[in-house]
Order: sequence, then structure tokens, then C-alpha cells
Amino acid sequence: MMDNTSLRVVAPEVILLVMACVIALVDLGVKSRLRNASYWLTMLTLAVVAWTTGSLAADGNTAYGFGRMVVSDAMGNWLKCFASLAMMVCMVYGRPYAADRDMLRGGELFTLALFALLGIFVMISGENFLVLYLGLELLTLSSYAMVALRRDHTVSTEAAMKYFVLGAMASGFLLYGLSMIYGATGSLDISTVFKIVGSGQVKHQVLVFGLVFIVAGLAFKLGAAPFHMWIPDVYQGAPTAVTVIIGSAPELAAFAIAIRLLVEGLLPLAIDWQQMLLVLAVCSLFIGNLAAIAQTNLKRMLAYSTIGQMGFVLLGLASGVVNGVGTPEFMRNAYGSAMFYIVTYVMTTLASFGVILLLAREGFESEEISDLAGLNQRSPLYAGVMSVCLFSLAGVPPLVGFYAKLAVLQALVISGTTLNISLAVFAVVMSLIAAYYYIRVVKVMYFDDPLTATTVAAPADVRVVLTVNGAMVLLLGILPGGLMTLCTEAIVKMLTT
Amino acid sequence: MKVGLLTLAIWTPIVFGAILLALGRDDQARTVRWLALIGALVSFLVTLPLYGQFDTTTASMQFVENVPWIRGFNVNYHLGLDGISFWFVLLTAFITVVVVISAWEVITERVNQYMGAFLILSGLMIGVFCALDAVLFYTFFEATLIPMYLIIGIWGGPNRIYAAFKFFLYTLLGSLLMLIALVFLYTKSGGSFDILTWYKLPLSSLAQTLLFFGFFAAFAVKVPMWPVHTWLPDVHVEAPTGGSAVLAAIMLKLGAYGFLRFSMPIAPDAAREWAWFIIALSLIAVIYVGLVAMVQQDMKKLVAYSSVAHMGFVTLGFFIFDHVGVAGGLVQMIAHGFVSGAMFLCIGVLYDRVHSRQIADYGGVVNTMPTFAAFAILFAMANCGLPATAGFVGEWMVILAAVKANFWLGLLAATALILGAAYTLWMVKRVYLGPVGNDHVKALSDINAREFVMLAVLAIAVLWMGVYPKPFTDVMNASVANFLKQVSLSKL
Repeated sequence: MMDNTSLRVVAPEVILLVMACVIALVDLGVKSRLRNASYWLTMLTLAVVAWTTGSLAADGNTAYGFGRMVVSDAMGNWLKCFASLAMMVCMVYGRPYAADRDMLRGGELFTLALFALLGIFVMISGENFLVLYLGLELLTLSSYAMVALRRDHTVSTEAAMKYFVLGAMASGFLLYGLSMIYGATGSLDISTVFKIVGSGQVKHQVLVFGLVFIVAGLAFKLGAAPFHMWIPDVYQGAPTAVTVIIGSAPELAAFAIAIRLLVEGLLPLAIDWQQMLLVLAVCSLFIGNLAAIAQTNLKRMLAYSTIGQMGFVLLGLASGVVNGVGTPEFMRNAYGSAMFYIVTYVMTTLASFGVILLLAREGFESEEISDLAGLNQRSPLYAGVMSVCLFSLAGVPPLVGFYAKLAVLQALVISGTTLNISLAVFAVVMSLIAAYYYIRVVKVMYFDDPLTATTVAAPADVRVVLTVNGAMVLLLGILPGGLMTLCTEAIVKMLTT
Repeated sequence: MKVGLLTLAIWTPIVFGAILLALGRDDQARTVRWLALIGALVSFLVTLPLYGQFDTTTASMQFVENVPWIRGFNVNYHLGLDGISFWFVLLTAFITVVVVISAWEVITERVNQYMGAFLILSGLMIGVFCALDAVLFYTFFEATLIPMYLIIGIWGGPNRIYAAFKFFLYTLLGSLLMLIALVFLYTKSGGSFDILTWYKLPLSSLAQTLLFFGFFAAFAVKVPMWPVHTWLPDVHVEAPTGGSAVLAAIMLKLGAYGFLRFSMPIAPDAAREWAWFIIALSLIAVIYVGLVAMVQQDMKKLVAYSSVAHMGFVTLGFFIFDHVGVAGGLVQMIAHGFVSGAMFLCIGVLYDRVHSRQIADYGGVVNTMPTFAAFAILFAMANCGLPATAGFVGEWMVILAAVKANFWLGLLAATALILGAAYTLWMVKRVYLGPVGNDHVKALSDINAREFVMLAVLAIAVLWMGVYPKPFTDVMNASVANFLKQVSLSKL
């Protein structure tokens, strides 16, 4: 079994695993406050992994390893590449913050982040129920630990506890659902399950019973209402350096397993899961956007905004199949738009949390919306980056968030059913509500007077990365074509194999 | 690679604006102002070759640029000008120069952001008038909200935050409904966002009606038409002088232009069927809002309501479906661009000195500021449509078309002239004429050279257009004729 192809397929994962262990060991000898050696090793690892996965993705070949347990395809490799880049950005933004809060006494943050990324990679490559589940558990266990990393901080500890209990329950749901499907089909292999379910020889009720649990578990991980309760508490309670990790790369993984399980595995049941996703989407759009209005804490507001944004992703995922039939064109549009949405969303989230992290100082969290007051007078650059992100999340052109919303709306309307068109109208109305709370933050930054006149000091690396990150949100808005084509082509490859 | 004239017209101000934003803080205010002026002038100069090269004999799109932009959606960077959109490009660039001059000493805080915002806004608005691809149009159309929101919110009056939110959310609601209409047309046309392709697309009666109202939501709010005009007075009152001038002079035109570019040619049957509805709303705007203007105590509010009434004239002219009416509406749009911009700048001149917009706080300004009063009264006369000023030509053409269509319609429309004269002249009397009203007015000093230049160029434009409107109408004729032919054909 251990042939060369298999090893090549899992090469990025192997690099990550080895380096995570190496960094854990090297870190024993590191003395500096900012843990420079561990940090740069982590960055190097992430860069290598991003480059490896990126070049694999650019080749666009699909390969299976270990008897079809794992797959390396264009979609997966792009998502891995983006996840590694996202993790790099998280490390850059988070390091000064973590050092100020006694979270860098040891190098756990780096090791755990690499293990979390390994979990993400395994989730993305999994072509087998158990592999997917293993990846998920690795990711979530690392995340629980990261949230609890500030061990003398009550709020963080509470958030970690909440996250753990709810996350364990969600994993239980997912595992239960998977075992139902396994029981019905007798296989853990995704493509075999697809064939068996498609043949129609399996009892529909059992499958749907399992499906409900799978969808619930996925909704938990994606943060879709009504399974969203952990998101606001964890986003708010976790140290911001960890919030940005939880809010970025794992979303890509959640998208990947949603595609692997629902599209690659259970597409014959689309008519059932489509309705569930639509209900989740409507709830998320409604609850996320309305609850966000009432928030005064910026991290909590962004948490509810995430829930609302996930509603859009779910709409994209649900619109690929019309009347139980998935034509290649609709599916390409739908899943391509969902992937574009989630990738650009992660990019925007990174920059907005980057600004929050930047404004936090020793002993000051800067997580209330009012803490941003008059930011434009203190630092026009960072106020600019933040407002670019907020306008993008609100879906105002020419920022990338608009094209993401347009792609999803187009995927909905092109299917032509009355239901989908009315969902598009609903989503549009909800994004009007969303615009209110996003531009309210812009108002605080630009129209209100600053509480302190101090200028914002930032380390050079943070400044450069944050500027580039903000510029990308704008640039990808002006030229969204490339990334959009990339996502669609990755999805097309995934669908044809 | 050859850069097209329209690309230059759009991106020159945006690039200058971006440079200004990047250019530090208030200690460099002098450099910033000069750079902004240079940027605005260069942006205006690059639009001038358009006039020289424009062919008035054809109705087809000119200066066309068409390159793929987002391949996945078949979206193109498709630009072009015809007789309908032509003048607005020059008007926008021209008004931007004036606005930069008007802000010279007045804006002292965050000068680079103020100037940068206006230059970027100028490029975006030119983009709206040039775009021939629906996504490109929508991008420019919506993107204008961001600089305007910031302009109102940062440099506005005491209640600026309310005004900024009202402006942003009101207009966003309208345009989101238009977005659905655009996506719907994309699917109907088999995957094209090209506006010219949509002109030929057959559509059922129901689809046309839905589309017509989808577009109506966006454009009626922007124009603004009664009863969705309520955001305009609030915003005008709070916006800084430059913001008000650009809003009245150009932004309102984006809405009226949208009717000509989208609603009427894409859904011509629905447009004809619902013409009575638009005409009714327009007449209400002309008469009722005209009456509302009469009772205003605040000069900016008065001019804001007067703008609603004048824009009512524009939509009235369009929906008579007559050559003189449509051309009259267009002329009225350009004239109103000059006149309303000038009136807001005049109010700004007074406000900078007295810090009040209340009519009651003035009286006899002519005694202390004779030069300024001469300009102000000229613009006021243009606002009520005095012959030989810009305001007259468009109103006259629209009334002519209205009378031709229906005598009573013409009669009602003509009341606008009386109402316009009533509210404008009454304001002139109370603010400028009579004895010196109070000590503030007594202490006023006349306009300086900068203000003189700013008002003089506008005065020249107003008089030129009033005396010799031929260059304006010549450019339009072929396109308007073609437009009317297009909307007279059924697409059912």
C-alpha cells in the first residue's frame, strides 16, 4: 500500500506533521519573548506547504492514495493553499498580541496552529468517512486548546469549555450520521457510498435519518443557525489571536467536507439535503443579520455577521440541484460561487480581525465597537483597511464581497424556480439590513472623535501584511475574474472525477 | 496598448484621488489643494477631446472600448458614449473642478481625504455614464455611495450621521432591487450582461412590468421622485457645500439617466403602459413639491425641494415619448446641473461667513456683497426659468411637448414656471434685497477672487446654454430619435 503515489498525495500533510513535531522540540530551546526561532520556522513551514499545495493545484491532477482513503485534487489543493496562507497571516497578526498576553511563554500556539492546519488538510483530502472525521477531530481538539491558551483568563476558559462541550456534541452528531449511512450502505468510502445510494437499493428512510445528523453536524461546524450558538461566545471569549484562526482557515475545511460529504457522497439525496440547507440558510441570514445589529462588541458583531455570511454560502451550496436533478452547469455555478464566497470571506475576515489585533495593546483589548472611534484621525491607513473590509462584507462594489454575493445570486436565479428567486430577494433584503451594522462601524471610525489621540504603532511585518490584505480585498474586487475562474474550474474537475 | 478616451476620463480622477488619499496629513494642505486642482483640471481636459471627436450624425455608441472583465460571468469592460450620455461626462468633470475650488479655504480638516473623495467620486460617476455593461454600470453606480457617505458623514452639519445613514440605506435598498432585475435579465438573455443586447431581448408583459419596477426602485430613489424624495432635503441640509453641489448637479442625474438607459429601452411596453403613473408622480413633484419649497425656512432645503420639482420636469419630459420632450428633459438635466450646483455654492458662500442657512438670518445682502448678489440673482433667475438662461430652454421644450400631447398636461406642467418663480424670487427678496437685516449681514465682505472665478465660470455656462443651446441639442438629436424609435417598438 505504501507506494510512491500515496506518499506524494499526502506529502503536504507529512511535511506539516514532521515540522509541527520539530517546532515543538526546537521551541524548548527558544528564549526570546516573541519566540522568533519557532515563529520563523512556522512561517517557513507554512510557506513551503502553501507553495507545494499551490503548485499541485496549478497542475490540476487528481490522484488517490492509500486505497482511495485520501484524494489530492484541484479543489482540495487550492483550499489547502489558501488555508496555509490564511494561517500565515494569522500568525503575523497574532504574534504581538499573544506575546503581550503571556500566551507565548511556550511555543504551543505555533504547534497547535500547525496541528489545526494538519486537521484542516486531512479534512480537505479525506475521501473516506473516518478520515474526514479524524481530520475534524484533530482540528477541533487543537482549537479547544488554543482557545484555552490564556489559562489565567476566566472568559477565555469559559469560552473554551463552551466550545468543547458544543463541539463534542456536534462531532457526535456527525459521527452518528456517518455511522447510519455506513450501516445502510456498508461502506465508508465516499465514492462507493455514492454508487450504492445512487443505485436506489438502500432504504431511503435510513439514509435520510443519517443525513439529518450529518447536516446538523456540518451546520455546527459552518456556524449556520440554528446551530450557531457557540460562534458568538467563542469569538468573543477567545483571545483575538485565536479568534482569527478559528474564523478563517477552518471555514475552508468546513466547506470542503460539506462538498465531499453532500456532493461527492450523497448527491443522490440532494433533494433531501437541499431543503435542509435552504432552511439553515434562511435561518442564518435572518438570525445572523438581525442579531448583529444589537451588538456593541465588535468581535461578537463579526461573529453574528459570520453566521449571516454562512447563509449566503449555504444558498450557493443549495442551488446546484433543481428538482432533484443536478445539471453540470447549475452545479458548476452553485458550488463555484460558494467556494469563491468562502475564500473571499476568509480573506476579508483576516483583515478585519487584523485591525482589531493591531489596536489591542497590553492590557487593552479594543474589542468594543466604540474603541474604534475616530480611527481615521489616528491612522487613515488602518481605518481604510477596516472600512474596505466592512464595505466588502456589506456587499458594496467594487469590493470583492459584492462579486461573491452576485455569484451566489446568479446561481440562485439561473435555476429559475420561483422558490429560488424569492430566496434571492430575501437574501438581498437581509444584506440591506447587514449594510446597516457594517456602515455603523465605518461611522464610528470616520465620523466620531477619537478617545485618544495616540497614533497606532504597528510592527513592520504586520503593517505590510495588513496593507496587502486590505489591498487584495479591493483589487480582487476590481479584477475578480481570475479567482472566480479558478474556483469554477476546481469545482468542474471535482465534479467530473 | 492604446488607452481609450473614456478610460482616461474615468481613471484620471480616480488615480489622482488615490494619490491624494495616500498623501499624508493636514500639514501639507497647500500641496494637497494644488494637487487636487491640477487633478481636477487634468481630468476635465482629458474629456475635451471627446467633444471634438464626437460624431453628431450617428446614434450608435462612440469611443467604444470592450474587453473581457470577468470571464466566468461574461462581464465586459464595455464603455461607450452616445448623444444621451455625452454631456454628462463633461458636466461631471467640470463640476468637480468647481467643487475643488469651492473647498479651497473652507475645508481645513483632512483636506486630502475631502479632495480625494471628490475626485474618486467624479471618476465613478463618469463611469456610470459610460458603462454599457450592466455589472460595470452597477459597480460604478453603487461605488458612488462610499465616497458620498463619507463626505456627508465627515464634513457635514450637526445632524450629519442621520443624513449619511439615510442616504446610504435609502439608495442601497433601491439599487439592490435593481440588482435582482439585472441578474434576471442575465438569465433571460442566456448569459449576457450587455445592455445593448438587452435592448433587443423579447420579454413578456409580466417580465417587463417587474423589470420596469425593479429599475424604478433604483432610479426613482436616485432622481428622486415623489414620494421617495424624502431623503434628499435631509441630506442636502447636512452635506457640506461641495457634497450638496455634486449631489444636486450630478448624482440626481444618474437616476434620470438610468430611466433612459435601462427602464425605457429594455421594457418599452411596460414603460408605455405605466407612463401615466410616472407622469402623475412627476406632476405631483412639480406642483406639490414646488408648494412645499415655498414654505421652507432653510435655504438649502428650499433648493433641495426645488431640485425635486425640477427633476420632476425631467421625468415628465421623458415619459411623454416625444422628441422635444426627451431632448427637453436632457437639456433640463444639464441646465439643472449648472444651476443647482451654482445655487448650493452661493448658499455655501453665505454659510461660510454667517454660519446660518436660515432665510430669516439674512436680508439686504446686496448692500454689503454687491458682486456676489449679482451672481446669486442670476442663478436664481435661471432657477425659475428666465429666458436667455439655461433654466429656460429645457423647461420650455418639456412644456411644448406636454402641450402637444395634451393641453391640460401642458397647463399643469406650466404651473412649475409660476411656482418656481414664486419660491425662488421670494427667497431672493428676503435674503438679498431690502435694507440690511442685521449686524451679521452688515459685517459681510464681498467674495474674493477664488469665489469670483468659481461663480463666474458657472455664470458663463448658464448664460451660454441659455443663449445658444444648439451645441447641446445637436449632440442629442440623432440619439434621441433613435431612442424613441427603439421604445416605440414592442418587445412582446
